[in-house]
Amino acid sequence: MWDFQWTLQILPDLMDGLAVTVQITVLGYLIALVLGLLIAIVRRAPFVGAVLHAAMEFVRTTPLLIQVVFVFLLAPAYISPMTVGIVVIGVHYAAYTAEVYRSGIEGVAKGQWEAARALSLPARRTWGAIVLPQAIRKVIPALGNYLIATFKDTPLLIAIGVGELLTEAQQIGSASFRVVEVYTVVGFLFLLVSIPSAILLRRLERRYAAV
Amino acid sequence: MPPSDTRQNEEPQGVGGQSQGQPLIVFDDVVKRFGDLTVLDHLNFSVAPGERVTLIGPSGSGKTTILRLLMTLEKVTEGVIWVGDEPFSHMRRGGGQLTQASEGYLRERRKRIGMVFQQFNLFPNMTVRQNITEAPVHVLGTPKGEANARAEELLDLVGLGEKIDAHPTQLSGGQQQRVAIARALAMQPEILLLDEVTSALDPELVAGVLDVLREVAETTDITMLCVTHEMGFARDVSHRVLMFDQGRIAEEGSPEQIFGDPKEERTRSFLSSVLEKGH
Amino acid sequence: MDFLIQRLPLYLDGAWVTIQLTIGGGALAFVLAMVFGIIGTIRHWLPRAVSTVYVEVFRGIAALVLMFWMAFALPQLSGYQLDDRFAAILALGLNVGAYGAEVVRSSINAVAKAQVEATVALNFSWFQRMRLVVLPQAWAQMLPTFGNLIIELMKATAVVYLIGVTDLTAVAQNMRESTGETVIAFLGAFVLYYLIAHALIFGMRLLERRANRKLGRAVPRGKGLKSLAQSTPVGSGTAGGIS
Repeated sequence: MWDFQWTLQILPDLMDGLAVTVQITVLGYLIALVLGLLIAIVRRAPFVGAVLHAAMEFVRTTPLLIQVVFVFLLAPAYISPMTVGIVVIGVHYAAYTAEVYRSGIEGVAKGQWEAARALSLPARRTWGAIVLPQAIRKVIPALGNYLIATFKDTPLLIAIGVGELLTEAQQIGSASFRVVEVYTVVGFLFLLVSIPSAILLRRLERRYAAV
Repeated sequence: MPPSDTRQNEEPQGVGGQSQGQPLIVFDDVVKRFGDLTVLDHLNFSVAPGERVTLIGPSGSGKTTILRLLMTLEKVTEGVIWVGDEPFSHMRRGGGQLTQASEGYLRERRKRIGMVFQQFNLFPNMTVRQNITEAPVHVLGTPKGEANARAEELLDLVGLGEKIDAHPTQLSGGQQQRVAIARALAMQPEILLLDEVTSALDPELVAGVLDVLREVAETTDITMLCVTHEMGFARDVSHRVLMFDQGRIAEEGSPEQIFGDPKEERTRSFLSSVLEKGH
Repeated sequence: MDFLIQRLPLYLDGAWVTIQLTIGGGALAFVLAMVFGIIGTIRHWLPRAVSTVYVEVFRGIAALVLMFWMAFALPQLSGYQLDDRFAAILALGLNVGAYGAEVVRSSINAVAKAQVEATVALNFSWFQRMRLVVLPQAWAQMLPTFGNLIIELMKATAVVYLIGVTDLTAVAQNMRESTGETVIAFLGAFVLYYLIAHALIFGMRLLERRANRKLGRAVPRGKGLKSLAQSTPVGSGTAGGIS
């Protein structure tokens, strides 16, 4: 019942889809890392911070899928679905990484801030040389979790026709009616990426937990 | 039958009026290692039914390990522990051979043994009443009403009758420890293990707990093994004192002899160091 | 505003489907999390291995891929067509259950060793120890992460729209197609999702309070319902998006 020959035939196309998935994951995650950090810093400001906080909570409590579809529908036509997907995934996960950074920043001892003030360091140095290096180091494992989560959310982009792994699979499946092979291989490809990542992450956790 | 040759010279001497027949607990050449560290080094001793034995010695000398082995919280590395006529650390296979004890076998054996811990270890998800009645009801199958009545009786004995529906976190350390004693007694153990039961308490709470234990010692014939730094209590309650050092018995004797006229230098220096700490 | 008020019943129907999927998936996830979490703490290697395989496999595959498999591959394989909603509940439950199993396992392992020793001293069986002592204590530790997971599960239900179930997201899409009003049509769905999420957060806080009270722990931060409604960050501390 399982056609190995055919499975091998579709594998190259699926691998292309996987490559797109990985590309989206990496770019979206980079946005999440940078934007999340900015949000975590700006959130400390009195008014803007509160507004940002509310906005981020809204992002976290509504589904990524509907956010993706919504932004895709409103975006001008010259912006590609893939770009929309990357940006929305990036912003969505920034709402999560911002919380991770925040906990890291709050975890920096008060004495560190006071020492920076005692040396009358400018704000840029205080953040850049003292607070953030300590804060980020501690939250690296938590941030790593979101890389895997981002990866597993990219199939949602099938909703806006981005040619990632699942979209590719669906096309092959509907053209050939051999969906068992297609979707099973997709499942294995996901495991192929996420299990080694999880193992790597656990190592990372152990390494940074030891500090 | 415990092998008799190994305990000839450890036969309890002068066990004030206790029965001189079969020993209840026998440690037969017991070795316990944690990795490279030897905690008990070919240990032989026995305890008679109803006897109250206090184990003293510097920390790390293996006293607590003895209690933990008897409670099956640790496994022996070598040797055999006997309780009654049955092997305790091991079980019999056909032909009288001894083999690793199964969990079911251990459950059957340790019915006779209760333990009170240094840190009380009351269950925070239960009231005082439940702490005392859960095990009799679920493990021994005691009817609920009977278990409740017994819990009330025991709480009166430890002077906490009015705290029966309190929560462990609402009690002081001394009160928690008295509840823990009641909880252990509710299982009607033949053997009670007391592991530094006052060490975690503020000094002013120690006396209350020790009074309860004196009462238990006077009114019951429960066999007690007690690890403590409370030398006054040890003197009052125990029939025999074992001084441990580096996993071996350095000296043993009656409380009068050990505290009044210790023969070994190690015992003398240990006792003076304990006294200096203000115990 | 009239736009939404007129069409409110349709949105509520969609929201009801979302809620049903959340409850169904959550119930399945809870059972799976408990079973695989508990057997993940057994000393024997076999149950532990079973638990690890379940966790790694179903955490590793995206919920959407799992759902496509259930909805499209399984019928071809077995000749039996699952109801779309049931396929969705299965996929979501299996996926979130894998995250939950890790939470259960680590919460059980975090119960103080001394508590377990006390159960040995009282001669509890393994089953009695779990039921009477370990799980009630681990429960308080599981709840905050369970709270995050149920929010993530609720959000993940939106994928059912891709296999043709008319949930809240599908309603928003239908509204947009029939009226051409993208912003308003989606706004209605966003607001309802937000409300459902906050109802879930509120419920989980109540459970957490009760659990902490049962362990005789002080309930943090203020009293009464007001403090329950106060927002603390959602999703922080979880492994995050679970799809």
